[in-house]
Amino acid sequence: MSTETPILNSEQNRRARIERRKAVIMPTLAIVIALLVWEGLVRYYEVPHYLIPAPSLVAETLVKDGPSLMSSMLFTIKLTMLSLMCAIAGGVILGMIFALSRTVEMSFFPFAVILQVTPVVAIAPLILIYVRDTFTALLICAWIVAFFPILSNTVIGLRSADHNLRDLFKLYQATPLQRLRYLLAPSALPYFMAALKIAGGLSLIGAVVAEFVAGTAGQSTGLASRILESSFRNEIPRMFAALFLVSVLGILIFLATSWLSRAVLGRWHESEIRRES
Amino acid sequence: MNMAANTSVSSQPLIEIESVYKQYATGVVAISDMSLTIEQGQFVSFLGPSGCGKSTALRMIAGLSETSAGKIRVNGHAPGNGSGPHDIGFVFQEPTLMPWATVFENVYLPLRLSGMSRKDAAPRIEEVLAQVGLSKFAKAYPRELSGGMKMRVSIARALATRPRLLLMDEPFAALDEMTRFKLNNDVLRLWQDHGLTVIFVTHSVYESVYLSNRVVVMAARPGRVVADITIPGAYPRAENFRTTKEYTDSCQIVSDALNETLGTDDIDH
Repeated sequence: MSTETPILNSEQNRRARIERRKAVIMPTLAIVIALLVWEGLVRYYEVPHYLIPAPSLVAETLVKDGPSLMSSMLFTIKLTMLSLMCAIAGGVILGMIFALSRTVEMSFFPFAVILQVTPVVAIAPLILIYVRDTFTALLICAWIVAFFPILSNTVIGLRSADHNLRDLFKLYQATPLQRLRYLLAPSALPYFMAALKIAGGLSLIGAVVAEFVAGTAGQSTGLASRILESSFRNEIPRMFAALFLVSVLGILIFLATSWLSRAVLGRWHESEIRRES
Repeated sequence: MNMAANTSVSSQPLIEIESVYKQYATGVVAISDMSLTIEQGQFVSFLGPSGCGKSTALRMIAGLSETSAGKIRVNGHAPGNGSGPHDIGFVFQEPTLMPWATVFENVYLPLRLSGMSRKDAAPRIEEVLAQVGLSKFAKAYPRELSGGMKMRVSIARALATRPRLLLMDEPFAALDEMTRFKLNNDVLRLWQDHGLTVIFVTHSVYESVYLSNRVVVMAARPGRVVADITIPGAYPRAENFRTTKEYTDSCQIVSDALNETLGTDDIDH
């Protein structure tokens, strides 16, 4: 594969290198230009900062309110990560039970669907009434949102194992545990990774939405509370700053799950393989 | 029976099939009253049109499918029981490799399932990979291999447990002719080197005659055995066997037997 004379590929490599650089430079450039245009327009038309703040003012607020925003961000991160982990644990365990038994699946799948289709905003007030601890209540709300994709994809993934391979495992008299470990789990992995990408974003949305509903209770101190609080006080730059942090968090989650998916599936699954043309 | 190359092999029956029927839940009768005895060391082909139950018969011998009536004994035991998982190697129509595992790990699978450590299994895996000419590809993933190479991995995996019986279900149907001829020779060589008993399902007259010392011709609707033909021709066979009179005569006999099975009403193949 690498035994060919390198000269043959030098042009190709050069182009690939440029392509790689462009993939970083172009989006960065686009964002910088957008920010400059925004800044320029706000200054030119002298838009008051309580309507639309300039990016520079948002950055300033970000620095000025850094400590309080950071602690809110940590709270949101904690809530998001915990709910995602609970969603993974619950989704995978329940998914395995469903995959093992059609009867159990038939009986309990409707509950999962009900949880999924009912908007979390509608359930959240009830949960906040029944669950005394606000953090636990928020966790439950975010969990409900993130849980379903993991469950449904795990069930499909576990069922998707190749039938000839199943026969092979039967032929060699594999134990159920061996079957799960060497056949079903790897077969389900691509489906699970796809679900994780979705659930990662959903758990953040769940965390933010739940906090909005609970917000007026006043005890929670996540980024959503900061946004709500700033809107009451008409502190628009601070709203933007908090919003910016929520976006950053979402992007980080997306990057982390994409990286994980590539790391786990990169060698073998079609979805993550880069083809050379 | 002409078995010049396998004189050392005793002729005790390895597989006994006694009036076996198979009916699916849909009501389709896949196999009707099949009786057959296969001796150790034979290379038997099941030949027939689609729907004649040849693959079903193979799956029942492997214990992957239940009989509806009748009895199958492999080495004196019911299939899938007692004989131990090591006695049978199975090669499917598709390579059926685990895409997430390397060639080495795919071949290691049967040994891993029987609890053998990677370290203990390594020499044996290297040995079978060498036998199918894939030593250099132990670390490759299936998607990086050609169709023929994948099939050879599949064969290596089937041989990893050193089985006595190798069951092959139309293994080369999807491959091009050049690759198929090459793999035919590989299978013949492995059969002789390992003293295997092979049951080879195919719908190619020429492939069945080239490989086997016995061709079982089957007919469809319901699936049944219509002819049991002994193929003369000494082993080892090589490409020049395809031009001998023995070969062409046998092809003619087998073809005729097969044509009789194709009723006027059911040529949908």
